[in-house]
Amino acid sequence: MKPVAAIVFKDIAIEYKNREAFTSMLLFGLLVVVVFSFAFEGSDRRSLAPGMLWVAYAFAGILGLNRSLNMEIDNDCLQGLLLSPLSRGDLYLGKVAGNLVFTLIAELVILPFFVILNNLTFDIVLLWIVGITLLGTLGFVAIGTTLSLISAQTRMKEVLLPVLQIPMTFPVILSAVQATALVMSEDSSGVSFPLSVLGIFSTVYIAASYFVFEYIVEE
Amino acid sequence: MPDMLALESKEIEKKFGYSWAVRNVTLKVRRGEFVALFGSNGAGKTTFLKVAAGLMRPTKGKLAIEGYDIGAQAEEARRRIGFLSHNTFVYRDLSPIENLKFFCRLYGVPDSEERLLGLLSRVDLAQRAREPVRAFSRGLQQRVGIARALLHDPSVILLDEPYTGLDAKAAQTLNTMLDEAVDSGKTVLLTTHDIEQGLRAATRAVILDRGRVVYDGSAKDGAVREAYVRYIHGGEAR
Repeated sequence: MKPVAAIVFKDIAIEYKNREAFTSMLLFGLLVVVVFSFAFEGSDRRSLAPGMLWVAYAFAGILGLNRSLNMEIDNDCLQGLLLSPLSRGDLYLGKVAGNLVFTLIAELVILPFFVILNNLTFDIVLLWIVGITLLGTLGFVAIGTTLSLISAQTRMKEVLLPVLQIPMTFPVILSAVQATALVMSEDSSGVSFPLSVLGIFSTVYIAASYFVFEYIVEE
Repeated sequence: MPDMLALESKEIEKKFGYSWAVRNVTLKVRRGEFVALFGSNGAGKTTFLKVAAGLMRPTKGKLAIEGYDIGAQAEEARRRIGFLSHNTFVYRDLSPIENLKFFCRLYGVPDSEERLLGLLSRVDLAQRAREPVRAFSRGLQQRVGIARALLHDPSVILLDEPYTGLDAKAAQTLNTMLDEAVDSGKTVLLTTHDIEQGLRAATRAVILDRGRVVYDGSAKDGAVREAYVRYIHGGEAR
């Protein structure tokens, strides 16, 4: 696991130096939450809030994935990683872990603003939302990392990533929105179904990407 | 295993769409050989080197590095390869020492500062070991790339136009490092357009033309210069 950890620490070191990804993710996510909160003032916030939260997460996540992609394209650094004796699957896991760390940190900063601006309370429901955030983000990043490296091989790069990412993560985002809405409602008994869908998609995306990654990154 | 080949390719072919970049390339490179691979633009030099480094999957054929198949035993094969191209593959936001530490961890080799500073001093970068690579000129970045390519002490060194962007002093440093590598039994495969640079230390010359090997012989043989003129300078109607 040492090389996988090395990739994560390398991504953190680069982000610590330039703060490009985290700043843009955070600003964009917060902007979405603030704009939607004012736009939906007077509406039934509880029914709109889950969608608002996951739109903010998704947009912030795509920005983070784009930044991660650019980091590896610059100076052909991806080729440097591919030359190492690290297996392609482990390389994928390293990039997923790095992307997951940044995305989760940005989301966990966005979440308290979402709670305050929507007049929610910091109680057990918030813990549920944190759990759904973890699971949903894992699925989002698992396929997003693969798609970002597919788009790295094309001329369109940054444009192609959201075009591929949004439809591919639709089941994840939809299940996450449903799960969030259910835990925020008075009757959360049906939450196990969207959580199961989230778990299945995350597992399938990680397993499939792990095994096909070498065919994606090799020319 | 004294007779083991450092690099053995069997009928390697690579096709992009409808065009062949490499056609039926069979090469046997013994340990300790310094092979200069010449060819005009689009001759297939870089493609062949990328296949040899495991960066590109061949359309057909087999290639092994020190007996390890580049497809089936890819990790073992890659561990033995040092690859340097005109792109340095180093992270511009990190310093040379941070880059080298990262690659040491990927290769599982000791990452002590002392060792890495020693390596950087060989490319005259020890004084700037902690500055971000972004602040370096193209030539200085290429020196970091040289240190990166050699930090795991590879036994097969693949160089794709490594002199691009290097000043005379850095080119001399690279030449010295390659000479030392060959003296210690390592194998070098170098692609270049420059026949003088290529033949400087090479023991064998190979010329590729439109993806095929058209010359394979001693680098000291005068015939290599004739073949170079014929296939690369277009001295003969083709």
